[in-house]
Amino acid sequence: MSNRLPEVTRRRFLTWSGVAAAAVGLTAGATQVPWSSLLDGATHTPLQPGQGVLVVVTLYGGNDGLNTVVPASDDTYQAQRHELAYSPAEVLDVGQGLGLNPGLAGTKGLFDDGRVAIVRGVGYPEPDHSHFRSMAIWQTASPASPTGAGWLGRWLDGTGEDPLRAVSMDSVLPPLLTGASTAASTLPATGSTLPTGAQGAAFRALAGVDPSDDLLRARVARSGRDLAQVEQVLGPTLAASRDRGASGNDAGAAAGSPAGGGKHSQLADQLQTIAALVEARVPTRVWSVSLGGFDTHADERDTQQRLLAELDAALTPFVARLGTTDAGRQVVTMVYSEFGRRVLANASQGTDHGTANPVFLLGAPVVGGLYGEQPSLTDLDAGDLRASTDFRDVYATVLSGVLGADPGSVLGPGRTPLSGVLAT
Amino acid sequence: MTAVADAVATRRLLDRFGFGPRPGELDAAVGRGFAATLDTLLAPPADPGAPAPDLPLITDRGTPGSPERKAAQQQRSTGQDTLTRWWLDRMWSTGAPLVERLTWFWHGHFATSAQKVNQPASLLTQNETLRGLGLGDFHALARAMVVDPAMLVWLDGRTNRVGAPNENLAREFMELFALGVGHYTETDVREAARALTGWTVDADAGTARLVPRRQDTGPKTILGRTAAFDAPAFVDLVVARPESAAFVAGRMWSRLVSTTPPSPAVLGALTDAYGPGRDLRALLRAIATSAPFHDSTTTLVKQPVEWAVGLMRAVGAQPSTVTTTVRKGRGAQGDPVHQHLEALGQVPFRPPSVGGWPAGTAWLTPSAQLDRMALARAVVTHATLPPGPSGANARIDWARRTLGVDAFGPRSTDALRDVAGGDPRAVLVVAALTPEYVISA
Repeated sequence: MSNRLPEVTRRRFLTWSGVAAAAVGLTAGATQVPWSSLLDGATHTPLQPGQGVLVVVTLYGGNDGLNTVVPASDDTYQAQRHELAYSPAEVLDVGQGLGLNPGLAGTKGLFDDGRVAIVRGVGYPEPDHSHFRSMAIWQTASPASPTGAGWLGRWLDGTGEDPLRAVSMDSVLPPLLTGASTAASTLPATGSTLPTGAQGAAFRALAGVDPSDDLLRARVARSGRDLAQVEQVLGPTLAASRDRGASGNDAGAAAGSPAGGGKHSQLADQLQTIAALVEARVPTRVWSVSLGGFDTHADERDTQQRLLAELDAALTPFVARLGTTDAGRQVVTMVYSEFGRRVLANASQGTDHGTANPVFLLGAPVVGGLYGEQPSLTDLDAGDLRASTDFRDVYATVLSGVLGADPGSVLGPGRTPLSGVLAT
Repeated sequence: MTAVADAVATRRLLDRFGFGPRPGELDAAVGRGFAATLDTLLAPPADPGAPAPDLPLITDRGTPGSPERKAAQQQRSTGQDTLTRWWLDRMWSTGAPLVERLTWFWHGHFATSAQKVNQPASLLTQNETLRGLGLGDFHALARAMVVDPAMLVWLDGRTNRVGAPNENLAREFMELFALGVGHYTETDVREAARALTGWTVDADAGTARLVPRRQDTGPKTILGRTAAFDAPAFVDLVVARPESAAFVAGRMWSRLVSTTPPSPAVLGALTDAYGPGRDLRALLRAIATSAPFHDSTTTLVKQPVEWAVGLMRAVGAQPSTVTTTVRKGRGAQGDPVHQHLEALGQVPFRPPSVGGWPAGTAWLTPSAQLDRMALARAVVTHATLPPGPSGANARIDWARRTLGVDAFGPRSTDALRDVAGGDPRAVLVVAALTPEYVISA
């Protein structure tokens, strides 16, 4: 895959960037200059030591936290979950009477190495049982009115124009990365290359500014400008990491297969790509990936264990790989879902929508262990677990401890980072 | 607030109440005028369209690892591909664009995915139900959906039985299909789940049936009313609520008009037209004749499928004919339409969740522009349109009229000039990527 950038004319660049010719020292006339040099004005400082990187993993559908971090020896758990319950012998002991789902064997190893923090009982006041509203609440960090900018979108709004600060590995932008005035970037699919020649020139011209554009048309043009930066800064590493990872002639394969022979999955590929880009010290501070399918109203045990095993097979080599380089040791990964499930199983060998849930933080900067309170199985709120930690305090922890941002500017006043979860 | 000319409103109608014009259709519609075009869309001629594929039910799934299991998986995957290709072809060829556009709208509304529904034949059945009822009375459509076999599989209604109800279908029906969040309580969800008990799916026949011994026939209290509600009675109760009218009208508005919600006054006019009969045709007429529909600022991001089908209609490239030769040693390289729609994040019959697809600026990502380009290139290679005139200005104007764009601004004109001297098909590719075409004006 070629990443050589085509030529553009000076006139084009001026349209593109809106800067004066003098500023870039170009002489008048339609001088052909490489795209790369035109972007020098926006040259990126590589990721600096001490700049944290956050990887957000969203589990869509409402992952059953009670069968993820399992109180297997609790009689109430066994009674309420009958066929769905795991026995104490099946789960992977993490202490305090809790064990991880058997699908999380790799995560258990990372936990034993002190690289996993499990924050228990995370939720928000007046929990909502709608997937979409609850996910919107988590993604906007606005329980009262979850309709505006995403929480990391607000962080983006406050940190300038650079389109590389946050990247979604999903092709459609999740709300958490959409700000009022800015949004995260996405990566071109494997094998996509920028056009060259006349079509390339036209393609770039389409990214120019037109004063008659409305907001939506301007957004289309802007996406083209952002693409130029993505290609310029991330393109070469992206291509190289995908070439290395491509197995045989499979055009759909991206970065390397998970170590340990785990199931080859899109999530695993995406995380390996992120690892390669972090190691190349690209300036991206926030990455977003996701895994869906956790809405287990029926036949839960097999489905959830399979999904957790897929997550585990993707996360374990990723966290291990990041631990081997200086840049990788600047990364913290956060795993969350919109809610847990009802304590009592239904008659379909599944569970209905619930509330409080564990959140996982993984990586070198993490001080491993159990945090927060394990929700009571007897003191329930209409059949649901009671949360003891507000998810916005977890966000405050990563905003200040990973992104070096003021949590108040993103989350409003009154949030308290969790103490001791991140090494300072 | 600037009201657009009749010709522009007519073009917008073809965009929003269909999948854009085929060659010659825009001029013809503009000639008839907005009002006559709307009448035709709302009272379409019978349109047999592309005949539905024959998708046999998968009856023998075997045991894990067995040859029967492999054959069943193969049949499922082939069936899904066939179904997707058929529907895109149908959207492309339809002579009743509003019917097809609404089928597409309802698919995103009652979003059901092949990811869990493992009978392609059931997805086809649901699709035909949406097509048959999508322009009629919402009571009938909603009643059909709560006992639709694909829906019963998708939202676990088939295992919902007296004594330990499964809430999935009841919750999503109220939240996403008929009422909207905030207009019901958690208790309503639990009671409504009881009303929907007893339905199951006969897997080998692909049909839904009511099993009386699994049905909860006791009284339930839902939305403040107590009765021995069953599925149709529950649906009628919900659909009759005033919040349901506003919700359905708002959802339709957000997909056909704008992601900016209608003002209370406009919404009131829409729900009045929709009326106690829940008349979808009257609702659509009210939408098309509302002031915002004729306002120049009411723009809408085309969803990937709408953009792609619109382009294929405009240039006369039937979706199932847009293929690439399988390159030696390469896997599935043969279906660029499917491949790039997948990369863009929207494949029919595979919505990401019961909430359907996102809308608005979520589609306007840096990588999307590259995928649109690759898809547009594949499409124009298969265009059956005669080549355009020579001369840069004439050719740019030809591309504009072909795609049904009102006008290109200076930025896009500048870009089109870069390719106007070469292969005329390249002009169509660039025109398809202009913000003026990616966004429906």
